Amino acid sequence: MPMELDEEIRAVLAGSGRLAVDVAAVDRDDDLFALGLDSHGAVELMVALEERLGVEFPDRLLTRATFRSIAALAAALAELLPVGARP
Amino acid sequence: MGEGREATGGGGAAAASASDLLEALVDAGHLIPTGTPGLYGRGAAFDALLDRLEALFDRLTADDRAERLRFPPAIGRALFERSGYLDSFPHLAGTVHAFDGDERGHRELLAALRAGRDWTGRQAPTGLVLTPAACYPVYPIFAARGPLPATGGIADVASWCFRHEPSTEPTRLQLFRMREQVRLGRPEQVLDFRQRWIERARQLVDMLDLPARLELAHDPFFGRGGQIMAASQRDQRLKFELVVPIADPQRPTACMSFNYHQDHFARSFGIRDFEGAPAHTACVGFGVERLAMALLRHHGLDPTCWPARIRAALEGASP
Repeated sequence: MPMELDEEIRAVLAGSGRLAVDVAAVDRDDDLFALGLDSHGAVELMVALEERLGVEFPDRLLTRATFRSIAALAAALAELLPVGARP
Repeated sequence: MGEGREATGGGGAAAASASDLLEALVDAGHLIPTGTPGLYGRGAAFDALLDRLEALFDRLTADDRAERLRFPPAIGRALFERSGYLDSFPHLAGTVHAFDGDERGHRELLAALRAGRDWTGRQAPTGLVLTPAACYPVYPIFAARGPLPATGGIADVASWCFRHEPSTEPTRLQLFRMREQVRLGRPEQVLDFRQRWIERARQLVDMLDLPARLELAHDPFFGRGGQIMAASQRDQRLKFELVVPIADPQRPTACMSFNYHQDHFARSFGIRDFEGAPAHTACVGFGVERLAMALLRHHGLDPTCWPARIRAALEGASP
């Protein structure tokens, strides 16, 4: 379910300390790059989500667009996770 | 493209592949192999050509009033760590190590050496890192001066630089000369600078009659995460390169790069603009050997036989 993926993404974002604002105040469509995420932060997010969820982002998803918002990340992860394996 | 306009003199460097070009440059005495890939001595004519290209850079930039700064080809560990280089390019950095043992350690080192075993375990970091790009030493200097003046700052730097990418492709050197201008200031000042240099590069290519083109580019970031950084750099149009086919017609070589760092270095080193905000920076760099090889590839291996117009441009005579 997308909302459950949202919670996983929010937990990783909160742990990263890369955003200039409190993660709880971030809407799922907010532009994370506008909120302080930079490309190094996006790489950290990639590594942390891969470890937490046991997935690997394929090359085609290693773009700025994938990491632009919680919604975009949830959509990418939903595609990578088999339905039964979702949190 | 260089096809159909091969060398005009000096026997020609009509190289079909990287190894052919390397062989031609070695046979002509321009490069002297050392036994280590990407590490070459330079013959007299090649070295003179490098100096003439640097002199051409001097003439192109004579009116810029750039502050000329020169450094030995290493930076201190603290500067290196602050620069963020290890975040992006851990695979390209070269650190200097030296023997750090006592007499017993020395005997062990020699025993390992004579037995053909690894002796490098006795080496400890010296605190020096080989300079990865000529502009790095500039940032802490400008930061230490306090806020920039309203006109910003502009520096002219040159250095031997190191990149750990051993290759037999002759344009991919491990140690090479880089000449740069660095601009520091407000975003519009810095973007203006980059735009002016892109126009200047077109002028240079015309003077030297090289089949060059300008391309959107990205740095060789490390690993899978590097793909995100590369995509991000391209999306934001932060890096352009002037590329010329040299060793491989299909994969032209970057001879100049035009880089907008936004506030990356200013935040790392604490460089402020005149209003106290983090400054923006940009740099434009020449790979001196690569430009020289582009000329040798397209105009022939003997610079004395090049067309008069190109020789005049390099010698600073009026056209």
